[in-house]
Amino acid sequence: MGKMTYLEASCQALADEMKRDELVWAVGEDLGRGGVFGQYKGLAEQFGTDRIADAPISESCIMGAAVGAAMMGSRPVVEMRFADFALCATDELINQAAKARYMFGGQARVPLVVRHPIGMWRSSAAQHSQSLEAWYAHIPGLVVVCPATPADNFGLLKSAIRCDDPVVYMEHKDLWPLEGEVPNESDAVVPLGKARVVRSGNDATLVTWSGMVHVAARAATALADLGIDLEVIDLRTIWPWDKACVLASVERTSRLIVVHEAVAVGGFGAEIAATIASRLHYSLAAPIVRLGAPRVPISYAPPLEDALRVTDTQIVEAVKRLVRK
Amino acid sequence: MSVANVENLSPDELFRWREFHRAMLRIRLFEDAAVRALKEKLVPGPVHPSTGQEAVAVGVCANLHKSDILLSTHRGHGHTLAKGADILPMMLELFGKQGGYCRGKGGSMHIADFSVGMLGANGVVAANIVIAVGAAHAIKLRKSREIVTCFFGEGAINRGPFLEGLNWARVFGLPVLFVCEDNSYSASTRTQAMTAGEGASARAASMDIPTAEVDGNDVVAVDQAAARWLDEIRAGKGPRFLHARTYRLTGHTAADAAPYRPQSELDEGLLREPIRRLAARLTNAGVTSEELVAVAENVGAEVEEAYANAKLAPYPNVSVAFEDVQDIGDPRLEAF
Repeated sequence: MGKMTYLEASCQALADEMKRDELVWAVGEDLGRGGVFGQYKGLAEQFGTDRIADAPISESCIMGAAVGAAMMGSRPVVEMRFADFALCATDELINQAAKARYMFGGQARVPLVVRHPIGMWRSSAAQHSQSLEAWYAHIPGLVVVCPATPADNFGLLKSAIRCDDPVVYMEHKDLWPLEGEVPNESDAVVPLGKARVVRSGNDATLVTWSGMVHVAARAATALADLGIDLEVIDLRTIWPWDKACVLASVERTSRLIVVHEAVAVGGFGAEIAATIASRLHYSLAAPIVRLGAPRVPISYAPPLEDALRVTDTQIVEAVKRLVRK
Repeated sequence: MSVANVENLSPDELFRWREFHRAMLRIRLFEDAAVRALKEKLVPGPVHPSTGQEAVAVGVCANLHKSDILLSTHRGHGHTLAKGADILPMMLELFGKQGGYCRGKGGSMHIADFSVGMLGANGVVAANIVIAVGAAHAIKLRKSREIVTCFFGEGAINRGPFLEGLNWARVFGLPVLFVCEDNSYSASTRTQAMTAGEGASARAASMDIPTAEVDGNDVVAVDQAAARWLDEIRAGKGPRFLHARTYRLTGHTAADAAPYRPQSELDEGLLREPIRRLAARLTNAGVTSEELVAVAENVGAEVEEAYANAKLAPYPNVSVAFEDVQDIGDPRLEAF
C-alpha cells in the first residue's frame, strides 16, 4: 500500500473492515467531521452517518451503548477522543464490557474496540496526556493494544476489530503524523499478542511500546556507536503480552531494561520485570532496569513537560550502566 | 378498592388475568424460596428480592415477545421469570450450582437468560440503562423489529447514565421502553430525601420522552399502560417512559430487616400488595378460591422441586472458573 501516516493507516484499516463486515460501525464525538484528530476523515461520506455515528458528549453512554450493541452481535468501534476522557466511562468498560462474557457464563460476547488516544502531546497538560495501559492490563477480560508504527496501526486495528472480546486500543497522539511503509492488505493483519523485534542485539534487551519505541530506537543507534548492541522489542500488545519473545531475548542477552512513557510506579514495566526476575533470576548478569515517568501529573510548560519524559539520553545512560562489566 | 365492571370481563381478559395471577405467584414463591435458601446457607451470595413488585414485571413482560430484549437490575428475578426464564436454572444459579444460567459465575445479581432476550441483571445501579440503549441502537442499525425494555429503580435517576441514556434514546429515536420501578427506597434511604425536583417522570419529560405514571401494584393497569407505550414504540415513535409506583415488601437485601421503615408503612404496603389485589378482583369475576389455592399449590410445587434439585446438584468443576474470560491469553496464575 506504500507510505502512509499512522493516522491514515488507522483510517484505512477501519474503512477496510467496514467494507469487509457490515456489522462494523463506529461511534463517538465529532466522528461526522472526521474525528478530533482526523482519523475518521471521509468515512461518514463513504459509509453514511448511521455507521460513522456522531455522539453526544456522553462517554458513559458511548461506551455503554457499545456494550449493548456488541452483545446484540454488532461490532462497534468506540472513539473516546482522549484516554483521559475514557475515565468517564470506567464502569461501562471495566464492570460491564470486560465482565459480561464471564459473569453471564459465556452467554454474552462483547466484540468491541475502544480507541483511547494516549500520551504526551505538546502542552496538553494533566488531563489530556496520560498513558494508562497498565490499568487496563490489570482487568481480566480486556485485550490491550499499543501500536507504534503505521503498519501496526493498520494491522493491529484490523485484528482488534476482528477480535471477539473487548479491546482497549491505545494510539499515541504524537504518532499521528508519523510516516511509514504499510504492506498490502493480504499480509498486513498483525496478530494480537505478538511482539516485534525492532532491532536485534546481543548485549541487552530493551522492552517498550507505543511512542517510546522510536525513542528507544534512537537510543539504540547511539549505543551502537559506543559499541553496545541493544535488542529493542516493541511489545505491541500489552495484554496478552508476548512473554515467549521477551524470555527468549533475555535468556540470550542476560540483561533487561523496560521503558515506558507511563508513570514508572505500578506501570506495566513492573509486570515484565517481575516475570523475568522470577523466571530468569539466576541467569541475569545485572539487576533489571525500569524507566518511566516520575509519579507526577503531566505538566504544561514545555520545559516542565519535558522533565517528565523518558529521553533517548536517559536510555543511553541507563543501558551503559546496565551493560557495564 | 374499586372492582366495578369486573364481572364483564371477556373470556380473553379473564384468561389474561389468570395468567397474571399465576405469573406473579411464581415470582413471589421463587423469591420466598430464595430468601429461605439464603437463610439455610444454600445461597452463598446476596439476594435482592422483588417481593411486592411483581405486578410491574408481569404487567410489562406480558406485552413483550420472546425476541424482544430486556435489561434488568440487581433486583431482577421477577423480570427474568416474567420474560420466560425457567425456574430450575435460575435456582441453580442462585445456589452457585452446575446447570445455572451463568454456569455458577454470576449468581442472583447477574442472572441472565439470553435465549429469551433477557440480557442480564446488573450489580451497578443505572448501568443497564446505557446498555439497553445500545442494544436498541444495534436493532435500529440492522433495521429489525425487536424492542428493548429497561427496568430500573427510582434510585437510578440520580446517576449520570440515566441522563445520558435517555438523551441518547431520544436523539437517535430508539425503540426503548424505560420502566422506572419506584419502590421509594434507594437501598435503605428514602429516595425522596435524596432527589431534587419532581422525580423520574419529570426528568424523562424534560428530554421530550412521553411519560406515563401508573399504579405499579395494579397489574391490570401496568399491562394497559405498557401495551399503549409498546404499540407506539413498535410503530417507530421512539422511546417511551413508564413510571410505576410500587412497594418493596422486604429490605434492600434478604439480609436487611429494614428497621428504618415504620411498621405502619409496611402494613399499608401489605394491604396494597399486587397479588392479593388481583385475587380479590378475580374472585369478583367469578374465579373460585379453590382455583386460586390450586394455582398457588401448583406453582409452589414447581418452585419446591427446583429448590430440592438445586440443593442436590453438584457445584461446577473448578476449571469453569478459568473459562469465558477471553479468547487470547492464559488467565491462570501459573502462566506467569
